[in-house]
Amino acid sequence: MSSWDRREDEVRELLDAQPQPVVPWDLAARAAVRGQRAMRRRRAVHLAVWAVLLAALITFTVWAALTEPWAASPRTTTPPLEGW
Amino acid sequence: MGKRRVARGERRAREFEAFVAGAGGRLLHAATLLTGEPPDRCEAAERLLTAALAGTYANWDQLRGEDPYERTRQELAARFAHTAWRHRLPGPPARGLLAQLTPRERLVLVLRLYEGVAEEVTAATLGLPADRVRAICARAISTMRARSHDETGATAKPPRTAPAAPATPTTPAVPATPAAPAAPVTPAVPIAPPAPPTPAGHSVGGPVS
Repeated sequence: MSSWDRREDEVRELLDAQPQPVVPWDLAARAAVRGQRAMRRRRAVHLAVWAVLLAALITFTVWAALTEPWAASPRTTTPPLEGW
Repeated sequence: MGKRRVARGERRAREFEAFVAGAGGRLLHAATLLTGEPPDRCEAAERLLTAALAGTYANWDQLRGEDPYERTRQELAARFAHTAWRHRLPGPPARGLLAQLTPRERLVLVLRLYEGVAEEVTAATLGLPADRVRAICARAISTMRARSHDETGATAKPPRTAPAAPATPTTPAVPATPAAPAAPVTPAVPIAPPAPPTPAGHSVGGPVS
């Protein structure tokens, strides 16, 4: 087991010993701009979905109020006259 | 409402800048190791890291105490796994330290050794069984050690010449997937291990014992 750990340490040192790449000065700014764009896009999508849902709800309410589909439809024929 | 949002945006920008100033170097190093590029020419690593940091920025308000470094690392690993086919064969001029490993070996090696992520966590991140992660890591370590031995000239028993077992293809795909935890992260499945440098034979139990 210890030899295995030693191997791991060896490779870890190899990785750490590599020269560090230079971080570009505008990395944070570029990432922030991109992140802002993603946030804006996500907010726009959320807004659009909510708008569609709200519009659907309003449309349904108005339609239901106007046509009253729960009311029994009026009879089309008069009942037969009996008992005279 | 508007004022509060502006204030929050400013605070986020400030915190994010401080975070990148502190962790950018280490993250870029990890990204460079992942893409297998040399440290002085790491365009792909920069692109990868920028995308991952942008994801962290977009979720900054939802972190709720979570470590942004960990979050970025996860994002980096996921994005690399998605786009790994692009990094499979870096051209001859752009060869870094890990260029001879497969993308998945690089990913496991960087997460396990460079970042020190636990084996189970790595397995869950990549959507692989833990055994498989251990096997990949062992193979990558053997390859790296063989290479460093070759370079230094000290050819003290390169582990590559281990007695090749009867052509058992290196633990193929592990049918025992029930061991795999539910992993929403898309694993690096499209990577077919080319594995010409490591013929076989580095079974999991071998180096451990």
